Amino acid sequence: MAEGRVVGIDLGTTNSLVAYMEGDAPVVIPGVDGSNLVPSVVALDPVPADGGRPTVTVGNTARKALIETPERVIYSVKRLMGRGLSEIQEELKYFPFRLADDVQAGEVPRIQLGEMRFTPPEISAYILRQLKRNAERFFGSPVTQAVITVPAYFNDAQRQATKDAGRMAGLEVLRLVNEPTAAALAYGLDRAKEGTIAVYDLGGGTFDISILKLRDGIFEVQSTNGDTHLGGDDIDNLLLAIALDEINAEHGIDLRQHPSAVQAVRKAAIEAKIQLSSEPSASFDIELPNGDRYQRVIPRDVYELMIEPILERTAGPCKQALADAGITPESIDEVVMVGGSTRIPAVRQLVDDLFHLAPRGKKPHVELNPDEVVALGAAVQADILAGASKTTEEILLLDVTPLSLGIEALGGTVARIIQRNSTIPASATEHFTTGVDGQTNVAIHVVQGERELAENCRSLARFDLKGIPPMSAGLPRIEVKFLIDADGILRVTAREQRSGKAAEIEVKPTYGLTDEQVEGMILDSFDHAEEDFAKRLLIEARNEADTILAAVDRAPSNPAWKLLSSEEQAAIARAKAYLIAVSGAPDPRVIRAATLALDQATRRFAELLMDAAVSTAIRGKTMESAGEELGDAVTAPHPMAAAEFK
Amino acid sequence: MLNVLDSAVPVECWSCSIGQSTTTLFCPHCSKIQPPSGGNYFTVFSLTPHLNIDLAALETEFHRLSRKLHPDRFARATDQEKEWSLADTALLNDAYRTLKEPLRRTEYLLKLEGSEIGEEFAGKDKANPSRVPADLLEEVFELNMQLDEMRMARKVGEEDPALHASLTEAKNKFEAMVNDVDQDLRKEWTNWDQSDQTVRQSSQNKMVSLLDRRRYLSNLLRDVTETLGA
Repeated sequence: MAEGRVVGIDLGTTNSLVAYMEGDAPVVIPGVDGSNLVPSVVALDPVPADGGRPTVTVGNTARKALIETPERVIYSVKRLMGRGLSEIQEELKYFPFRLADDVQAGEVPRIQLGEMRFTPPEISAYILRQLKRNAERFFGSPVTQAVITVPAYFNDAQRQATKDAGRMAGLEVLRLVNEPTAAALAYGLDRAKEGTIAVYDLGGGTFDISILKLRDGIFEVQSTNGDTHLGGDDIDNLLLAIALDEINAEHGIDLRQHPSAVQAVRKAAIEAKIQLSSEPSASFDIELPNGDRYQRVIPRDVYELMIEPILERTAGPCKQALADAGITPESIDEVVMVGGSTRIPAVRQLVDDLFHLAPRGKKPHVELNPDEVVALGAAVQADILAGASKTTEEILLLDVTPLSLGIEALGGTVARIIQRNSTIPASATEHFTTGVDGQTNVAIHVVQGERELAENCRSLARFDLKGIPPMSAGLPRIEVKFLIDADGILRVTAREQRSGKAAEIEVKPTYGLTDEQVEGMILDSFDHAEEDFAKRLLIEARNEADTILAAVDRAPSNPAWKLLSSEEQAAIARAKAYLIAVSGAPDPRVIRAATLALDQATRRFAELLMDAAVSTAIRGKTMESAGEELGDAVTAPHPMAAAEFK
Repeated sequence: MLNVLDSAVPVECWSCSIGQSTTTLFCPHCSKIQPPSGGNYFTVFSLTPHLNIDLAALETEFHRLSRKLHPDRFARATDQEKEWSLADTALLNDAYRTLKEPLRRTEYLLKLEGSEIGEEFAGKDKANPSRVPADLLEEVFELNMQLDEMRMARKVGEEDPALHASLTEAKNKFEAMVNDVDQDLRKEWTNWDQSDQTVRQSSQNKMVSLLDRRRYLSNLLRDVTETLGA
């Protein structure tokens, strides 16, 4: 293939995934550790002894550092993307990160991580780079193009920040796709499906609702709404706050002063939340720094009362989306559930009520793993853009802009020029003139939002139209074209019509990085070079070989080893000898094949170990295994198992 | 086929140099996308300006053109083709959004035909009150008094059933008026579509004032509904 594969990436608040289209079905690409989910956690390793630049780690490895070195770890960075200083300050009240102390007003805020400082897009770029590497390792070839999903309700700045992150990670972002729309693609790949569907997407940090009409392979979004500040994190924060307050009241210890203790309580809160989706109650049992224990049982009915105000906040956007689409709940044929938080039974009940499902004999769709469905949809969209497959050639997504675009008019009011829920790309042309004789500049303030006053909307940018030929006031006629592209990002061009001159536009984005800044933040560019790429694959292959060899070396000392037959032990010895023999080879594929063979040979041994582990350690579940069990709800036997759209 | 050029100056296809791209979005010879040339919303759909539109056919055509023009189809094309696809699709979407909605469509056609119209249904939705239609002056005055009274009562937590009933009655009455306006507008659509230039001019004037009246009535209705529902 002349051009490489296009992958689909779900850059999530809690977890991120990368997927691609294998034949006619999308598949998630696992990481080195075999896990499909890469926790969206970035950690800075300790400064090396030689005083060099510390290594940045991502995912499960980074998550391990949360307890020991919380000041060197950042998570949920998606909540900080495209946000201004004051918004981030507000956000950081709930997180243990702090802003770099030299942040100036008007620049993109940077977060202090150990002794280094990073902007939110840089942090996201590290996550994207990890996903890119996972995909490259999987394919054995470079990956340079991607589709990345964003919450439908993301504004211009948040979208731009996501695109910047892609560029920093060495990815050409072919398209930003709205998460609920991607989920609809994953569910509705079967073109026979027709009708109106609602996608309810409650993730870690964001909530989206989208209403789509499916017809002949066209996925036409009718309306979308949401809250970029609402998700499972809020439940964690609530449980955390309650626990911290109780600990303070009962034991007189203010844990807020102890970051790693807070992290331990947060972990317990997340575990409790997960448990309460399937169990009638969950309990906290935490050892406090003074040796006391904080013990508490939360029955599900109490939990549901506590989280009701959070879940209730999703109702307003749903009703607004229905109103904007001009339909009643009864017109919704199917509801698709997306995001880990939709595993909560109370959420499913709320959705059932909102869309009058039960009385109509319907249920919300949960067939696809809610953690994976967005990535799978992104892979479908990636395939559409690659234009290379029969499966997707008839499919087309027509998405909308979630927020109205307006210009600040006299008196601070907003003149709306593109209404929310307009199909994108969308454009509007406006004419401006001068108010003073000889005036050569006109400033335009562009905002996004639904409020009447500009100060209550989200400021996007100030455009300064320059180089207007000096004329009497009111005579120049400057035509400005506002265009929202297929990624939901604004582009502006201007022309002075009397002189025919293209007016020069200086853009001052209210939030966001300049092109030059993004250029300067591109992560070590060795990713691009072919020979470096091959070198990296070789190093990775050797590391994997070393890991498995070390494990096999330890195996005979494990009681489970004796349960293997002598043939099985001999097969392992042969595969091990072969891997050792080829581990110095220059071709990573040879090493990986040998690694795989040894892995196969030890499969039964691994199963024996698992059985032993399960029987002895079922109660002493680690946080990690609890995290990996996030996928415990309803999983389809096959990723594309049909949702029943009638 | 699609007509996006107002004038018919033959232009060679940029790609194959054989086809002539004057009247199509795509070269008839090599099927490559051609530079956009800014037609109006009707020509995008190969329609002459008219007001009675078959919405099902419009949607089908919108979907057919979207499949061919959408930037998703040009993700790996040249930068130039990407730009053209973006501009063409924006025009197509703007056109569809405007034509499928009766009031926006009427307003657009009136502007295209040179009529001066006030506040717009499309785009800007400033809350400026438009002129009060003369026949409604008295009723509007009384209604505004009642609305104020209702809001005051609400503030102190009281509910006057008689006032509520009277406002509901007013609401029904204004809704009926909106329906009347819509019917009159439809009549004018047919009138305009079937007539020659002189009749069209007077029809346009009628539609301009009907739109004004409708705008005023819907603002009023919105206030009443909000107050009743609060």
